[in-house]
Amino acid sequence: MTATPQPPQWINKLLKSVCKECLLEEIEGDLMEFYSDWLDKYGSAKADLLYCYHAIKFLRPYALKSIFKVSIFRTMMIKTHLKIAYRQLVKNKSFSFLNIGGLALAMLVVTMISIWIWDELSFNHYHEDVVHVARVMQNQTFEGGDIQTWRAQAIQLAPALRETYGSNFDHVATASFQQESTLFYKEEALKKTGIFIEPSGPELLSLEMVKGQRSGLSSLESVFISESTSKVLFGYEDPINEIFRIDGRPPVKVTGVFKDFPSNSAYGDLDFIATFELFKQDLPEWLNWGNSWFQTLVQLAPNKTIEEVSLAIRDVKLLNVSDETGSRFEPQLFLHPMAKWHLYNQFENGINTGGRVQYVIMFGTIGIFVLILACINFMNLSTARSEKRAKEIGIRKAIGSERAQLISQFYTETLLISSSALVISLVASYLLFPFFNQLTGKELSLPWNNSVFWLLTLGFTLFTTLIAGSYPALYLSSFKSIGSLHRFSQGQSTISARRLLVIIQFTVSIALVIGTVFVFLQINHVKDRPLGYDIDNLMILPLNGEDLQARFEVFRNDLLQTGVVEEVARSSSSITRTGVTNSGLSWTGKDPNMQDEFITVVVTHEFGKSIGWELVAGRDFSKEHQTDQQGFIINEAAAEYLGFDDPVGRKVKWDVHGDYTILGVVKNMVTQSPYDPAKQTIFLMNYKGASKANIAHLKLSSQRPIQETLTAVEEVFKRHDQSNPFEYYFVDDLHSKKFKAEERVGKLAGFFALLATLISCLGLYGMVSFVTQQRTKEIGIRKVLGASVTSVWGLLSKEFVGLMLVSCLVASCLAYYYIESWLAQFQYHIHQSLWVFIAVTLSGLIIGMLTVSYHTITASMVNPVKSLRAE
Amino acid sequence: MRKTYIGELEEVILLMVAMLQEEAYGVAVTKGIASQLDRKISVSAVHATLHRLEEKGYAASEMRGATAERGGRRKRFFKVTTAGSRILREIQDTRSQLWNQLPPNALPI
Repeated sequence: MTATPQPPQWINKLLKSVCKECLLEEIEGDLMEFYSDWLDKYGSAKADLLYCYHAIKFLRPYALKSIFKVSIFRTMMIKTHLKIAYRQLVKNKSFSFLNIGGLALAMLVVTMISIWIWDELSFNHYHEDVVHVARVMQNQTFEGGDIQTWRAQAIQLAPALRETYGSNFDHVATASFQQESTLFYKEEALKKTGIFIEPSGPELLSLEMVKGQRSGLSSLESVFISESTSKVLFGYEDPINEIFRIDGRPPVKVTGVFKDFPSNSAYGDLDFIATFELFKQDLPEWLNWGNSWFQTLVQLAPNKTIEEVSLAIRDVKLLNVSDETGSRFEPQLFLHPMAKWHLYNQFENGINTGGRVQYVIMFGTIGIFVLILACINFMNLSTARSEKRAKEIGIRKAIGSERAQLISQFYTETLLISSSALVISLVASYLLFPFFNQLTGKELSLPWNNSVFWLLTLGFTLFTTLIAGSYPALYLSSFKSIGSLHRFSQGQSTISARRLLVIIQFTVSIALVIGTVFVFLQINHVKDRPLGYDIDNLMILPLNGEDLQARFEVFRNDLLQTGVVEEVARSSSSITRTGVTNSGLSWTGKDPNMQDEFITVVVTHEFGKSIGWELVAGRDFSKEHQTDQQGFIINEAAAEYLGFDDPVGRKVKWDVHGDYTILGVVKNMVTQSPYDPAKQTIFLMNYKGASKANIAHLKLSSQRPIQETLTAVEEVFKRHDQSNPFEYYFVDDLHSKKFKAEERVGKLAGFFALLATLISCLGLYGMVSFVTQQRTKEIGIRKVLGASVTSVWGLLSKEFVGLMLVSCLVASCLAYYYIESWLAQFQYHIHQSLWVFIAVTLSGLIIGMLTVSYHTITASMVNPVKSLRAE
Repeated sequence: MRKTYIGELEEVILLMVAMLQEEAYGVAVTKGIASQLDRKISVSAVHATLHRLEEKGYAASEMRGATAERGGRRKRFFKVTTAGSRILREIQDTRSQLWNQLPPNALPI
């Protein structure tokens, strides 16, 4: 006999397990008859499918075994369960408040943290092919084996990559870094952020075009603008073929409009994309492999990985760069994938050491902890409550309740609590999001229409219900009725488990609080760091117009004449942001192998007076000495770097620029990151390099109101420069911006620490109320025998003080370890001091004691007659 | 006792059972409905309806007639009970009564 195909066995097993036995035979038989028909008609594959489909359709109420039916009796009971659950909640108001409030708080924290983390993790993931896009980076080894990682590249790199390694890439594009430019359209002038990129850029960035094609960036004068910029510049008119100018460049014509990048991407603020050819027109001819001024972006071919291409292109620069332009720095190229730009942006000694991802991990950990804390509390409180209901269970059983009914009763109660917590937390997070956005500097909102979000929240609610409800539901309902009527107190084991939970909670919150305090101390410490110059009433005015730079002296005189400005000077970089470095200096006593590097700032005579730097030796630049044109003012760090004890008057030779004399030494100033030590800096007036002294520093008079000063300065500016918009910054604003990231972390951590402390206090409160209730009789007897209120209070509180002390100790150790590693990333940082630990521990103890005492004092004041009579 | 009504599908299936006489079981009824009424209906729906009819007392069943095709399983054959035939007749009567009262041209063509 040939084996005829059989229907899948699993489906028969399913039928067998759920269908009534008396029906099984005919169902299977009929299905088999159809099956043989289907086999002839459609073949075995489709027949199997049809068989399964029809078999599953048999799972109807009439065919199922009775246990799978919902009995009408049980559905009726749900109503009763709900009613009783509601009565329980209303009866124990403080308990319900604690339980629902605590859980809602935790859900709130977790919702916010998860949405924040989601936003961070999805950074740059707007890109269709994010795994294949990367920026070319370079590691260079400087003196003393110091490896620096740069994201800038030479203009020659992209052509070299295309030519020699073309098969690895789909696209290679050189681009400028994102920069602010002024767009001139008709009478309007607007500051906008843009990028200049080679024609393959739009493909590489996976632009979503609203108008025009991605290929439209091919000719020199073409430009793409973002949808929002198009609205601002052209309103509802069609922007295509409109003409405007970018800074002082030749006019450009709009050939495309792209959809604004999502805010959680590296190009979130990009307003226009112009051609690199246009940018190149302003660049000097002599750019070589040593001038890393641009970024090189690549998109790999589909079958290549970041790692293999990284390895392949490693020596491209080394092979091309000449000796004097930097081969001695041993440049090594590698790719930094787009997905990692945001979270893994720190490099140390050429190796990626993470970056923002540490905050993601930190907040993720906090979130998980808060969640665990809240679940523990919830479980604790619910079980403590239900112990008291052992009698109720006994009576219910005696009357004739089934165990299944008791189980569903408890689950209904827990579900009611957790779902009300969910509703509260959703409403609260909706209300709190504006505040949270302000804190994080993001634009987040609850993803109401995201199904994953709802699945997660509902799943989480059910999960908590299951965890917290299972103990009373399954354990308590298993008692024999006679036993539970007898039962009074419970064993020691669950109590000590609860003690452990209280310790864990307290530890986490104390550690968080200590951490937050140190974050703020560190920020304040750096804020209080002596700047070395006078930050008050100091204004920065970028001089974009060429003729304004040329006629600076006239402009300066006009400003001084207004009477609102005390001093004006020009420099090549803002005092808050020096970046240009130079090398090639030689002096007596220089180590021949030393590859010197100085920050150089080109200034005018009055610069020192404007910013109020402090001379420690020598003199300032002066108009009386013609020779000051060949003079240096250096900072203390430079004096040390040069190895001079008495630097004033010493000569330094700078290869192309000639000999210079050191005129004076100024105190170190904070001109870069306030967390780093001051770098060796040279201020000079005569310079033949590319930097222009195009930034004016204005010392404003403190006598006049700020609005009047601004109007006066703007009026003078407008008189001298009609084409550029008036743009100004206050140095103290620029300075405080440097603390934004850290302050943000501090505030967030503080916010979460506060919530965690609140949650753990709730836990403590619940625990104490449980313990005192258990000991009501004991307290009564003690009081009858003559115990005072204080001694009873002491007796009840003693145990908790011990627990809190233990957790403070553990928390301090944990916090010490983590803070030490956090502080290590800042060169200029505080040292952990003992008093913070002591203060936080003490205040933690006080808060804890207040929580505990509320209950213990009430318990010890109760009239013993009452507590002993109650049964 | 309240009078039990039967639905349209129940009526059709009960009629089919009567029509098939000795051969009325799940597969035959399903196929009969498919061929006679040009109406696709799944075997599980037919089963459910047959059992409901039996519950209501309009049909009775017995198990017999195992074949190799069914893997040696028996079929459940249904037949119409007296109550069943009464209700079918009643339906037929009410309908014709109503039809008879219909004035000419009452139904638009």
